[in-house]
Parts: sequence; C-alpha cells; structure tokens
Amino acid sequence: MPTETLFRRLQLADKYVQIEFEGTPLTVPADVSLAAALLTHDLGATRESAINGRPGAAYCMMGVCFECLVEVDGQANCQACLIQVVEGMRVRRQRGARDLLIGGQGDE
Amino acid sequence: MSDPVVDLIIIGAGPAGISAALEASAHGLEVVLLDEQGSPGGQIWRNVAQADTRTRQVLGSDYSAGQPLVEALLASNVRYQPNAAVWQVTEERCVHFLLDGKARVLQGRQLLIATGAMERPMPIPGWTLPGVMTAGAGQILLKSAALVPQGPVILAGCGPLLYLLAVQYLRAGIGIEALVDTSERRDVFKHSRQLRQALAGWRDLLKGLSLLATLKRAGVKHYRAARNLRVEGGRRAEALCFDSDGRAQKVWASLILLHQGVAPNIQISQSLRADHDWNEQQLCWVARRDSWGETSLPGIFIAGDGGAIGGANVAATQGRLAALAIAHRLQKIDACRLQALSKPWLQMLGRQSAARPLIDALYRPLAQNRIPHDDTIVCRCEEVSAGTIRGYVELGCLGPNQTKAFGRCGMGPCQGRQCGLSVTEIIAEHRNVSPAQVGYYRIRPPLKPITLAQLASERELETSTSSTPERSLS
Ligand code: FES
Repeated sequence: MPTETLFRRLQLADKYVQIEFEGTPLTVPADVSLAAALLTHDLGATRESAINGRPGAAYCMMGVCFECLVEVDGQANCQACLIQVVEGMRVRRQRGARDLLIGGQGDE
Repeated sequence: MSDPVVDLIIIGAGPAGISAALEASAHGLEVVLLDEQGSPGGQIWRNVAQADTRTRQVLGSDYSAGQPLVEALLASNVRYQPNAAVWQVTEERCVHFLLDGKARVLQGRQLLIATGAMERPMPIPGWTLPGVMTAGAGQILLKSAALVPQGPVILAGCGPLLYLLAVQYLRAGIGIEALVDTSERRDVFKHSRQLRQALAGWRDLLKGLSLLATLKRAGVKHYRAARNLRVEGGRRAEALCFDSDGRAQKVWASLILLHQGVAPNIQISQSLRADHDWNEQQLCWVARRDSWGETSLPGIFIAGDGGAIGGANVAATQGRLAALAIAHRLQKIDACRLQALSKPWLQMLGRQSAARPLIDALYRPLAQNRIPHDDTIVCRCEEVSAGTIRGYVELGCLGPNQTKAFGRCGMGPCQGRQCGLSVTEIIAEHRNVSPAQVGYYRIRPPLKPITLAQLASERELETSTSSTPERSLS
C-alpha cells in the first residue's frame, strides 16, 4: 500500500506550521486541532494503553473518549482534539494514562 | 462595578445555548455563555463563522444556517467565553471551569445546561483500532479542519448523520467503499402510527429520504440489514467484515467511520444528582424536566439535545423557551408577557418534534451493536470487556457503580462517558431487568482533568471588564 495517511485537506491550507512527532518533523495545517494535524500524517497509534499496551488514536474528536491523549512539550495527557496545533510543538505518544489526575482524588 | 453574581450562566454555545443567550439578553438579563470550543456553534455549526466557501458548499445549507445566529451572538451583549472547560457545577448554581489552564469560578442566579449530545458508543469487535473513528469525528474534521479521507473509507451503522456525511463526502469528490447500513430495508409506511405524527414534520423526513436517493444515484455500494460487524486489523484497521444479503462480506478500508445515533451528554446533570429517567424509545437517560426545561433542581434548566435528542431546530426553540421562563423567574417579564412570547415558540416546537418518534423507530440501533459479545472491549480507558462485566454480574454486582468498584470500568479519564450506556444495558440484559432498575454511573467532579495546582489558584471570573455591558432595563 502506498500510504496509510487517513486524511487530507480538501484544499490547500492558507498557512502551515512545523511540529515534531516522536522527534520527526512534520508540516501540518495551522489553525486546526493537534489531533486533526496528526491525522494528516501516517502515524498509526498516537497512544498506548497503560493497561495492556493496546495501540489507540483519536476516535471521537469532541473531547469525550480520551483516545487522543498525547504528550505535548513534556506535559503528559493532553487531549489533542481539544488543543490547537502551535508552531514548534514537540509531541510524543502517550504511554499510559493512569497518572492522569482526573477523578484521582474523588474516585474512592 | 458589576455584581459577582450573574443573572444567567449558560453552558454550551450550540443551537440551544446561543438561542437562549440571545433571548435572555434581549430581556435585559446579564448572561455569561461558557463554551468548551474556541468558536461558537456547537458541534452542528462548528467553525461556521470561519469555514471557507468550499467547505460550506460541501457541508450544505443546514450548516450555513447557523451563521446568522452565531453572528448575532458575537454582536450581542452576551458575555461569550470560549475555551472554558467546566469541571464542576453545584446545586447552588456555582460553575467551576478551566480557562486557558487557569481555574475560574462564577455564580449564577439561574443556570442553563446546553451541552448537547455525544455519539452513542458502537462497541463492535475491533472498534478500538486506530483507523476506526466515529462519523461525527469525520464531520468535525470536515468542519473544523477541512479534512477528508485520503484512502478507502467505509461508513457503518445507522442514522441520519451517517447518510449526511456520505453525501457530504460525495460533494467533496470522495469515493466511499461502502455504506454498511445496520437498519432494515424497511418500508417507512409500516410505521403508520408514528407516520401520522410525522406528517407534521414531513420536511425532516423528506430530508432523510432525499439523502438516501442521492447516495443511490451516485452508485454508492449500500449494504442493508448488516449484522455481526467486526473490524479486522493488526495495529490498525484494515477491513470491515459483516453479514448482509445472506452472505459473509469483507470490505477493505483504512478508515472506518461508525455511527448509531446520538445520546444526551448527561455528565453535568448526573453529577448534580438531578432526577433522570431511562427513555426506552431513545435508549438513553434523560433528565426529568418540566415544559420550560427546568430539572428537578430549582433554577437549573436544560435545553436541547443534552436533555433529550430532538435535533438542532428543537434545541434552538427549547433554548428560547427556557430563556423566557428564566426571564420571568427573574422578574424581567410578567406572566402575561411570558405567555404571549412563548406561544409561537411552543407551536413551533410541536411541528419540529413531530417526526422524532418515526426517526427514532427507523434508526433504532441494533441490540447486538449496543450489548456486544463477551470479548468485545466496552470500556476503552480501562480495557474492560463485555464478558468481564457479565462476570461481575454473576458475582452479584447489580449496577454500574459496583462493576466499577470491581474492575475500574468507567474509572478512566473519560469517566464512563464512552462506556456508560453500554455497561448499563449489558448489566440489565444479563440480570434480565430494565435499564431503569440498573441505573447509571455516579458521576463525580472533576468532570475534566484538573491539577491540584490549578485548583489551588482558582478565583472568580472578572465580570466587571469592559466587555460586560451595563444592564439596560427597559
Ligand atoms: S478524540 Fe476523543 S477525546 Fe479527543
């Protein structure tokens, strides 16, 4: 298969920015969410489940599923579908999400 | 100086929230509209003010219809606050939220929840593979980023949104490998009881039928009554397998978009412990509301799909009605004026809701796609399968909160948003009782990720900035 990139622009974007994913530079449209930007490249999984290592990637694009979690500029557990892509972002796959604070105090 | 307490806080800037904000503001209420997105419109009109001509043309007229309302909002006195992620709401109408990573709090005299719908989970084998997304996600990518599928794409499931997205992709010149429809090849007229009600809402119906006709004309491969859907692939989706026309089918695709309707996002109303009922027609929980939209908690209203699924037009009308009731409550309009102003909206609501029972019946999601086989993952965060949940039921678990304690199902970062409906229905089926008897997750704040440092820095949102209008009382 030639490429497994899932999405492309309907027409060229007005502006593009450079980001880094796992150390590899990527050119992506500006003014879109980070999750959308990542979908314009052939990256496959953008997170690995903390429980069993299952590969995961953005699923709902509306902040519900938390499958789009990535590490951005050293900060873990960022919901890529809810943040804008910014020039120079250094993005890594999220490996594990269990240390995410949400509900951490209130669950038990 | 303005009062630290605002008349009305609205959560969610979709059709319901915007309409309510405009109506309330027109009657002299000080309104703060909080929204999680960066621009107003909700999911349905997402990005409508910025979308380019080509994208608008692809998305169609129902999308562009949102623009006047969005523009009216931006030109109004309403204090619209984008990028606000609400993480706690109290019964006393105190709203805690994160704004650019900073914790803020705001007190309202009245509160309207207009958080809309989320897609119903469609837990089929392989649905967790990269390359499987929701049809709603496909539409959001089109609206907010002008992105369309690059390789082979399949649309699978049921419901108007699935057909709409297929037509939008066709307009964009995107070929669709297959439309894998789980609904039957049913005659619309078999549903004659609902049909009589639906005649008043014929516009909605015609829309659904014309979408199907467009797909047919374009020669899209349309499999009907598809059963036993299963995504195949190693580290990413490669194909969708299913049975249709009495045969096992396999269609190759790198992108598989699933959809089987939407359900109210009840995270906030559940966290508030407002009364909810199981709605068997829509297969979801709905908050109990009076005809104005007020919940069992005084001063807390819900309008739009966050209450029960009715679509964008119903949402907008409900927003108007709730705003009028709230204006009356705060003595901005008297009972007489309330009645006069609400009458046309109530009549419109009747027309707009007419087709809903038929739509619900036609696109009722299949039991096998809601209550999956044992090895299908239901809780994506904690990797809990349907079989594991059934095992807990056999150990004596009666409801979702007990299975949660056993297996952390629903305790991951999504807090059960994704698995809640499935878990309730799996337990109900296995116990052979109704979902109403099983109940739902006990939702606790924080509803959004928040750190202790953020929590410690919480302060009141300034409402005295220049963007807050002086109240003009007529
Ligand atoms: S893709 Fe679902 S939360 Fe981001």
